[in-house]
Amino acid sequence: MQPFEYVSASGRNQVGELLAAKWGEAEILAGGTDLVSLMKDEIVTPRRVVNIKGIADLRGVSVDAQKGLRIGALTTLVEVASNEEVAKQFPAIAEAVRDAASPQIRNMATVGGNLCQRPRCWYFRNGMGLLPKDKTGKSLVLLGDNRYHAILGNDGPAYFVSPSTVVPALIAHGAKVRILGGGKLREVELERFYVIPKNENEREHDLRPNELVVEVIVPPAAGIHAANYEVRQKAAFDWPLATCSVALQMDGNQVKSARIVLGHVAPVPWVSSEAAEAITGKELTPDNAMAAANAALANAKSLGKNKYKITVAKAAVKRALLAAGKNESAEIGGSHDAHA
Amino acid sequence: MPDYQWPDANHRSLIGKRVTRVDGPIKVRGRAQYTYDVRPDGMLWGKILRSPYAHCKIVSIDTSAAEKMPGVKAVQILQGPGMEIYWAGDEIVAVAAIDEPTAYDALKAIKVEYQQLPHFVSDAEPPKNIATSNEPLTIDEIGDMEDNQVPDDEVVAALQKRGMTEAPDPKMLDALAKDGVAPEVIAAMKKAPVRKGSGVKSPYKKTAAQTQGKPADAFAAAKTGGVLSEGVYGIPVITHCCLEPHGAMSQFTAPGDLEVHVSTQNLSGIPAQLAGPMDMPAGKIRVLQQYIGGGFGSKFGIDRWGVASAQLAKQANGKAVKIMLERDAELEVAGARPSAYARVSVAASKEGRLTGWQSDGWGTGGPGGGGSPPLPYVFDIPNQRKQYTAIVTNQGPSRAWRAPNHPQAALITMSALEDTAAKLNMDPLEFFRKNIDMTGPRAKVYEEEFTIADQLMGWKQNWRPRGQSEGVVKRGMGLSLHTWGGRGHDSNCDLTISPDGSVEIKMGTQDLGTGTRTCILIVAADTLGIPMDNIDLRIGDTHYPASGGSGGSTTIGGVSSSTRRAAVDARDQLLAKVAPALGTTPEQIEIKDGRVSVKGDSSKSMSWKQACSKLGAVPITVRGVNKSGMKPDLTNSGVGGVQMAEVAVDTETGVVKVTKMVAVQDCGLVVDVKTAETQVYGALIMGISYALYEEKFLDPTTGRMLNPNMEFYRLAGLNDIGELKVHMMTGKGYDERGVIGLAEPPVVSPGAAISNAVANALGVRVPFLPLTPDRVLEALEKGAA
Repeated sequence: MQPFEYVSASGRNQVGELLAAKWGEAEILAGGTDLVSLMKDEIVTPRRVVNIKGIADLRGVSVDAQKGLRIGALTTLVEVASNEEVAKQFPAIAEAVRDAASPQIRNMATVGGNLCQRPRCWYFRNGMGLLPKDKTGKSLVLLGDNRYHAILGNDGPAYFVSPSTVVPALIAHGAKVRILGGGKLREVELERFYVIPKNENEREHDLRPNELVVEVIVPPAAGIHAANYEVRQKAAFDWPLATCSVALQMDGNQVKSARIVLGHVAPVPWVSSEAAEAITGKELTPDNAMAAANAALANAKSLGKNKYKITVAKAAVKRALLAAGKNESAEIGGSHDAHA
Repeated sequence: MPDYQWPDANHRSLIGKRVTRVDGPIKVRGRAQYTYDVRPDGMLWGKILRSPYAHCKIVSIDTSAAEKMPGVKAVQILQGPGMEIYWAGDEIVAVAAIDEPTAYDALKAIKVEYQQLPHFVSDAEPPKNIATSNEPLTIDEIGDMEDNQVPDDEVVAALQKRGMTEAPDPKMLDALAKDGVAPEVIAAMKKAPVRKGSGVKSPYKKTAAQTQGKPADAFAAAKTGGVLSEGVYGIPVITHCCLEPHGAMSQFTAPGDLEVHVSTQNLSGIPAQLAGPMDMPAGKIRVLQQYIGGGFGSKFGIDRWGVASAQLAKQANGKAVKIMLERDAELEVAGARPSAYARVSVAASKEGRLTGWQSDGWGTGGPGGGGSPPLPYVFDIPNQRKQYTAIVTNQGPSRAWRAPNHPQAALITMSALEDTAAKLNMDPLEFFRKNIDMTGPRAKVYEEEFTIADQLMGWKQNWRPRGQSEGVVKRGMGLSLHTWGGRGHDSNCDLTISPDGSVEIKMGTQDLGTGTRTCILIVAADTLGIPMDNIDLRIGDTHYPASGGSGGSTTIGGVSSSTRRAAVDARDQLLAKVAPALGTTPEQIEIKDGRVSVKGDSSKSMSWKQACSKLGAVPITVRGVNKSGMKPDLTNSGVGGVQMAEVAVDTETGVVKVTKMVAVQDCGLVVDVKTAETQVYGALIMGISYALYEEKFLDPTTGRMLNPNMEFYRLAGLNDIGELKVHMMTGKGYDERGVIGLAEPPVVSPGAAISNAVANALGVRVPFLPLTPDRVLEALEKGAA
């Protein structure tokens, strides 16, 4: 690990001043579950680490039938997962959080950190770069082993997949993120917070190097039928091959409107308007759900070794839709019960 | 003549019962000290600079800046300028510093200039029509064949035909003989012609085809009047992934006295390995280890990093230096199992008798190429033709992995046989039974085991022909069988009975977590007639008498035999002293539950302590020895086991779950049924891991391992395991064979049984392990086309 300066911010407004104007020079330390391993592996080598854990007003969950859900950036995943009101009013969000990573990580990891975590791409994590290239400028991902890489939004140069399993559920619910920078708060739709970097100096989100994620806001979900489906090999603590989170407004068994968000398929959480269009106005039958799944993946393309992910992602979309229709959370993690 | 023979079932108090392991509590409390935990005051941290390239030549090394850094106490070049490096992560320079960050900083300050060379990491099927290799063999290649248990006659034939690149050094031949290399192989090495190679470099080393019977006739007959089944099957390179990585902690306790703590399966063998590189007598090197976090075949050598820890300690005026591998190095360089693939054709009669086998195999074991798995596995099919191509790659070296070559051979063979049964529209259990005579001397064992496995799995009630499972999630069942040797290794056991009644055992063995301590205590306590906790057992120290390395399932046979002999001799000596006091002869005395009494006359008895007081002032110390060829033979070789697996496969996601596994296993006389069963559970879990998850991914462009971590190098977790049922064969026909090892056999079959279950569920074969969603979905797509 490279030596670094360690400073603790006393309040939220001080954070921006302590951060740097350029990416890579300073990093925010919250739960540390991602940052510390990135620093140990020298994937990031900040000269300054800004500890924000002492900023009390960045922490906490509030649930209000009219205002919706607010989650402070420093709230740990376990605090969200164990909140009874979240479980009651936003069951699909609670479930996505409850199922993330492992108990040890959920005890430390924060919601802000979950939003800003870096990709798990094995080229990136092995120190070959976020947009890894060989000497001639060809992508190592395209030349090499891309079985876990993107099937959508994969025109390059980014081929990694967006890592959060919580964010798709938040986006499906229309969440917004509040960002503090230069003493000013700005609010961004979470969906627009994620961007596909075009060069090594860009990050995967619309955050400037001296900005801080303050909180996540989710509108009230009364009447929303939401569910997630995550396909992963192992029953627990495994990165998914594809996930889908949906939030539906229903009229009987007919879909009035739909938000369908795929995870682990593209460099950003992938909001599929095609799938939403395909299911809107339709009865929620297995065939219609499959048609929506096909629409979601219509533009998907294999990089060579990840063609199977197209099939897997379709299953995730179909199963999430059917689970939401039944207004119950799908069993996730490759469990068969949801569809058997 | 002392009665060393194992007592029969009526005369055992502990042997063959269910005894809880003695090392459980200390491990559960976190108090067991592993090599990783040894940290004397003032210890220096050793770190290693590793090659970033899969193939290169070292041009120059400049360590001057690192040497000048404050806190850096020693720098040792491990491979110097001019050396060719054959895999990424290979060791170049070691440093020792006062703390880990300083050691890392020192590594960064070292300047190494490399000349990059082209690398090759693919073990894809070799091009057709490559010629049989006639290149002379290197010492490394022969070592590799031995590591991978290539049959002796094949090694001898290769030596005779191909010769060697250089005449073997007599010292090395002695060392090989000590390591257990067969005399005929040593003789063939001595006689082998020394030849110059052609100089043509090809990664493919194709051995000459071997034939048995008349394969061409068998296949011609099957074409007209029988059944032919063709397929391709295989397993990629996997790693050992020891949870405690490799490493050592060395210090000089006095000038000229080296103490080394090593994470090792081969405690007693380490001093001799260190003596040469340290240029000091083996007797001045003390090796210690109490607990080990996994070895699986990868921890027999002191390794370059272990030697480096001692060299750095020497440089640092004898100070303690510890080098434990980081997780990435552990997975990249410290253990890999060779891959093995084969195109197979099987011929059978309409009635389901096997008549012919043909296989064209390939695989890699890294720079050494790798050995060929014994095909066809267990079933000696009458007519055979087989050929194998070893691929030399820059993947990093392979090491013996629990039952070397057998899991690969089982996967290839049992898959091909199950496919043949499917072509015959025959239940594979019936098909295997129909050909069980071809399994040789253990045919009856397999028969008995299948009967039990059938009941435990409910095979007959629940097995359905291929592809008949309905719905999105399809269920299926598969089976496999396996064999292993497992004769006990050489072992020495010192047992002391003191006049105060205390008993001490000293043995230079190691407990890999399999129950070795427990079993030594069981044998000693049962033989002496006293409780286990009356015995103080000391192992893990080369100051104790030597015992063999724990490899090839040889430990239990070795340590239980030497312990039995020591305990019988000590008991007999004690009884000789006690007999006059009881007014009888030693033969008339028995010891039970710590009471020493005249047989049939309980009025004439005394406590164990009283009996021991008859020794006077001097304790009894005896050495029990187990050596091959000793009579009576308390150990034996050759076991059989069968396994069945039941799976659920999600046909939309390709995710496979193992819902149930049954293992029925023989290992002669079972010393402790409970620890034996747990060893089989462990093997099944390890088997589920390699069947579903494990694979070493190499990047073709950089030659680096892409998943040297436990994130994408997946191991099964608790919820991935399903129901496990284990049955140990005991009683008549098994007990009287003596004690036989158990570590390897149960890990051989899981891959094959699970693959067969998936084929049964889906109706199509997923050719290669691990059975990941990409492979499952691809097989389904191909099957539908």
